Amino acid sequence: MKNNWWKILAVLLLIFTVVAGMLSEVPRLAILNETIRNLYFHVPMWFGMILILLISVFYSIRYLRNPTIKNDVIAYEAAKVGILFGVLGIVTGMEWAKFTWGEYWSNDPKQNASAIGLLIYFAYVVLRSSFAEQQQRARISAVYNIFAFAALIPLLFILPRLTDSLHPGNGGNPGFNAYDLDSRLRMVFYPAVLGWTLLGIWIVNVRSRFEILRQRLYETV
Amino acid sequence: MLLKEILYLIQKDLVLEWRQKYAFNGMLLYVGSTVFVCYLSFGLRQFSADSGPIWNALLWIILLFTSVNAIAKSFMQENRGRLLYFYSIVSPQGIILAKIVYNSLLMLLLAVICFVFYAFVLGNPVQDIPMFLLSLLLGAIGFSTSLTMISGIASKAANSSTLMAILSFPVIVPMLLMLIKMSKNAMDGLDRGASLDELLTLLAINMIVITVSYILFPYLWRS
Repeated sequence: MKNNWWKILAVLLLIFTVVAGMLSEVPRLAILNETIRNLYFHVPMWFGMILILLISVFYSIRYLRNPTIKNDVIAYEAAKVGILFGVLGIVTGMEWAKFTWGEYWSNDPKQNASAIGLLIYFAYVVLRSSFAEQQQRARISAVYNIFAFAALIPLLFILPRLTDSLHPGNGGNPGFNAYDLDSRLRMVFYPAVLGWTLLGIWIVNVRSRFEILRQRLYETV
Repeated sequence: MLLKEILYLIQKDLVLEWRQKYAFNGMLLYVGSTVFVCYLSFGLRQFSADSGPIWNALLWIILLFTSVNAIAKSFMQENRGRLLYFYSIVSPQGIILAKIVYNSLLMLLLAVICFVFYAFVLGNPVQDIPMFLLSLLLGAIGFSTSLTMISGIASKAANSSTLMAILSFPVIVPMLLMLIKMSKNAMDGLDRGASLDELLTLLAINMIVITVSYILFPYLWRS
């Protein structure tokens, strides 16, 4: 119970996000209308993805310093959950774009950047599957993971600032402050970010424990 | 010490390349035939105002594929015995830096030859040639820095040529977009200050990639 408080917190925050996100008052803005509620579902996906990919890179670095199966498994599972969040982020974004921009995919720099970011991590999964030997797979994919993350940073944080975008918060600053969040939005937005991120960490936690148990079982059989 | 190692390794690569010219000649022919195929299939000889972006994008795509093919062999061509020999006498940092410098030189040569031939066959709409050459220089260095590391990673795996392409393309896209923008500015003869943003970003990306390669290569080399 003592170690599980954050799981309960995640559940409570997500229940709050869904209920308050659907029912609370939101500012009436032209074009956006009710789609502004996507702020509680789409934007936290990207926050969660970046954070979980950071966890993945962190465990890859730890693996290179201290090669244990645990570090490798967590890095891999975190990358997979990061991909899941990225796909959900793209899907929710496309759905939103259909109603506000008129197209699912309108060649917006942010859409393209997120698609390329996902390609990097798909390549990571393919790279992992092309090694037979476990130690070599773990080390080389850790190297690629760190390398790819370093290449992803300019993609996510520098490029969007140099080009114009239809995306909210554009024109030099893609940060969410330009959303001119009013206090009612913030009330749900911050708990939503925290809740979705905790859920992602929870998935990573469960999956890597399961994977480690499975490998231990194979070893003993 | 490190510098001496690097210079020695570059010299070794150059000598090797010079002795077995088939690799370099192969790349030259690759560039030549790709440019010619593009000439035949696009028919860009007559320039209109809107074919500029196509001209530019096509050149960079040819350069991208050329560099992937040229750099893919930088670790695959070495045989096992020679790698073990290097492993015992030089530091991994020396090897990766030497390979990066050597590949940059190779790519620079190939890029300039490609540009000259391309401009000769498809016409040359570039107005600010020095700036365009600068973007070629940055492109050659940028491609070879990131591709050298990727080729090191891919050479350890089973199906390395497919892997080389899928690992490198997403990593290289930000660089490619910057380069296309910068060379487009040079093509249109815009004020050089307009490309300053791209120039700085490219330099920063290159610095990140070189630093990360320098730090990570020893782990790759050990296996």
